Amino acid sequence: MLKRPMAAVALVAALAVGAAACGGTTKKSSSGDNGAAATSGAKANPNAPIKKGLKVAFLPKQVNNPYETIVDKAGIAGAKEYGGTAKEVGPSDASASSQISYLNTLIQQQQDAILIAANDPNAVCGPLKQAMSRKIAVVTYDSDAAKECRDVFINQASSEEIGRSEIKVISDLIGGKGKIAILSATANATNQNTWIGFMKDELKKPEYAGIQLVKVAYGDDDDQKSFQQTQGLLQAYPDLKGIIAPTTVGIAAAARYVSASKYKGKVQVSGLGTPNQMRKFVKDGTVSKFELWNPGDLGYLASYAAAALASGQITGAQGEKFKAGRLGERTIGADGEVILGPPTVFDKNNIDNFHF
Amino acid sequence: MAPDAPVKTSSPGALPNPVTRLVRWDVIVTALLIVVFAGGALGTPDFATSDNLSFALDDLSEIALIALPMTLLVVAAEVDLSVASVLGLSSALLGALWDAGWAIETIIPLLIIVGAIAGLVNGLLVTRLGLPSLAVTIGTLTLYRGLAYVVLGTKAVAQFPQNYADLATKTVPGTPIPYPFALFIVAAIVTAVVLHATGAGRAIFATGAQEEAAFFAGIRVKRIKLLLFVVSGVVSAFAGAIYTLRYGSARADNGLGLELAVIAAVLLGGVDFDGGRGTLGGVVAGVLLIGLLRNLLMLRDVATEIQSIVTGLLLIVSVLTPRIIAGVREARRHPRGSISASSQ
Repeated sequence: MLKRPMAAVALVAALAVGAAACGGTTKKSSSGDNGAAATSGAKANPNAPIKKGLKVAFLPKQVNNPYETIVDKAGIAGAKEYGGTAKEVGPSDASASSQISYLNTLIQQQQDAILIAANDPNAVCGPLKQAMSRKIAVVTYDSDAAKECRDVFINQASSEEIGRSEIKVISDLIGGKGKIAILSATANATNQNTWIGFMKDELKKPEYAGIQLVKVAYGDDDDQKSFQQTQGLLQAYPDLKGIIAPTTVGIAAAARYVSASKYKGKVQVSGLGTPNQMRKFVKDGTVSKFELWNPGDLGYLASYAAAALASGQITGAQGEKFKAGRLGERTIGADGEVILGPPTVFDKNNIDNFHF
Repeated sequence: MAPDAPVKTSSPGALPNPVTRLVRWDVIVTALLIVVFAGGALGTPDFATSDNLSFALDDLSEIALIALPMTLLVVAAEVDLSVASVLGLSSALLGALWDAGWAIETIIPLLIIVGAIAGLVNGLLVTRLGLPSLAVTIGTLTLYRGLAYVVLGTKAVAQFPQNYADLATKTVPGTPIPYPFALFIVAAIVTAVVLHATGAGRAIFATGAQEEAAFFAGIRVKRIKLLLFVVSGVVSAFAGAIYTLRYGSARADNGLGLELAVIAAVLLGGVDFDGGRGTLGGVVAGVLLIGLLRNLLMLRDVATEIQSIVTGLLLIVSVLTPRIIAGVREARRHPRGSISASSQ
């Protein structure tokens, strides 16, 4: 055995770095080698009937997340309407790589369509491209993957509209002045980050000059962690006026913490949540207003888009139209995006009209 | 410290026994692996395809690789819980440096150095300060993950060169074996030879079985442990590069919780958590069993919760069974079981 193993390790490693540093593959030298998008010469036939017995799979960010459950259940019900069979599979944690195993499994099972809410836009790209090359329709919903890795993205609402309206809501609630914080989900969630981007942009407007965004915290869509992050925010910024949690897990945890603390009534909580989850906090006065689109409609629309793709009615190109059951006809916009519609604002006057 | 040799030779497992030889846990795991594979091949049409198997193996790459040094550490009665954090730190560094325009060929050796340093820190804290590795590596688990976030923040870096991404995902031509898994096979053979056929291997076993006795027998216990921690760091850092290229996304949170999967595979493979006992063949079987079982359960649409329950139960059984076997054996040897009963 070597007398000084550590020295040997260091020496070998140093030599290797030295040798390699002379040249090699860098970001610049390798750019442009990621093959062209898969949108090939495939032609859409708008009159094609929806194929019978389509096998459709929903892969949410994580299973057992109340929001995703509503989305996927409605999507599965939609599939029943057009005579297909759908299922929901997925990881129990919302991390990037855990979706990969499921994607590969779905490819092996030869599903007709895969619907995914991507935890990381790029990590899922490889298997999604593989799926598309095997004629599996790929629809992203809720959280998009890189454009070239899916056929269609069903966006719950225009991201810009959501981001900007979140700022309007919180500004109304805190009287246009004071410190605010954002409690997001995971740091890489595409949808959260897009909304936060628009929130920051909206804050640049002169009418929001009195509002200061002090921190973006991440609760990882974990109830306990989101609760702790809320606690942390309020301790770090005792004069905080408002928290925007653009995630259903986050807003419920934040509201739960605030409602039981001395900050109740002093700190406004808003963001995106489901009415059932937020009802009690709206009634006890912790939360005055929050927003959401109808998650059931999102899953339903995604399900129909998947069927239209798998049946050859659409290919994902801009301007193509498809029928989405009770939601009527929808048109594909730029970059293969289909927008569900503007978000609904819930408050104590209308919350009892919604049950999801 | 007062040398209290002669050591207590009555500790279970110190003496070979024909009964335990026959019902060794690693043999059971291998049999179980064959049963799972055969059952899967017969009952699930998509399972035994070369496509699916190569994917299942690729999915296991990092766990399998890190399980090798982990086996050596656990046999030496230590553990390294920081492996997944070293993997994450390595991934974050790879992303940040690649983004800054460095060459992959420069970054990877650097990652290995960082891994070696991370392992060295673990090793020094354990051997020089005499701290328990469980405590030390829980600390560095948090520390290294924190550093990963310092390096890359919360962003994700993608778009790595295709030739390297292919190395991490494509299979050896003509076989369903992905390159990272081929690397694992080679590394496993080397590790098996070191552990079971060399003096260094015997020294690792002796260290884990009875550290003091090993020390007085002239084995450089601390040096061995230090080296094993460094190897663990290096392998974890290298696994971080594979992980990043395989998923095409460098992130500070890559591999979160992976250490548990690694330790599960090692324990499932029949390595005694108290040290001194285990075989590398058992660990390889354990790694494959966990991977194939998970793949099979997913193909059969078994819910995630049930998957966790199955893996958890398997693990408990794997830790319990060898103890029960040892207990039964002990009871047979001392029908009245008076003295040695206390050692369990």
